[in-house]
Amino acid sequence: MAKSNPNAPKRLALIASKGTLDWAYPPFILATAAASMGWETGIFFTFYGLTLLKPEVTALVSPLGNPAMPMKMPFGPEAFQNISWNMPNLLTSNAPGFENLATSLMKQTFKNKGVASLEELRDLALELNVRLIGCQMTMDVFGFKKDEFIPQAEIGGAATFLEYAADADVQLFV
Amino acid sequence: MNDLILKEDVLLDCTGLLCPWPIAKTTQAMKTLESGQILKLIATDAGSPPDIAAWSRQTGNELLRSSEEGEKFIFFLRKA
Repeated sequence: MAKSNPNAPKRLALIASKGTLDWAYPPFILATAAASMGWETGIFFTFYGLTLLKPEVTALVSPLGNPAMPMKMPFGPEAFQNISWNMPNLLTSNAPGFENLATSLMKQTFKNKGVASLEELRDLALELNVRLIGCQMTMDVFGFKKDEFIPQAEIGGAATFLEYAADADVQLFV
Repeated sequence: MNDLILKEDVLLDCTGLLCPWPIAKTTQAMKTLESGQILKLIATDAGSPPDIAAWSRQTGNELLRSSEEGEKFIFFLRKA
């Protein structure tokens, strides 16, 4: 589809549909990278992704749907840290507290490695004028109100995203 | 080109930071430069050589030099 304004800067349109810690990273990393390169960037938050617009990001790591999820320990000698611990779903999905454990291990590993926290990435995105659009339909379904989100969040529906995406050079569903 | 002595106007050290920090911080640092001034970036992210080259092509800020010193990657960028 041709861009309505051929002289407009490049544009990235993302859909963030997942609310777990690991899945929350890709849209924010791509958005901040694109905006850093001078691209217009917007993220449409729908379904479980909507919770990423709350002031406090409480995203957890879930073993469900991550059947090959390896886990690394953020402490101990390097050889120990480099071991990939396979997490059998049968055990992990039933173990009480596993999500909190996996979340704290992943957060610590990210911090040790120099990866930004989700809050830092979202602040950076806002600083770079990334548009953050919450899906109205999902808000109605799950009972979210606009004032539960950060004040910079816009609200829109499918047509809002599609119009924005139609003029985008890159569109991704995460 | 690599024999030229380049002198930076601003130094940005992104040692220990992973993607997207090096390009994000480069973008922020570039805002403080005048056109024609030079930014020296130090990074340890192994993805930074292709990323900084891509950032340069996308933003039009010229990558004057990209080199490696031990575990560090050194970039000189001229603001467009």
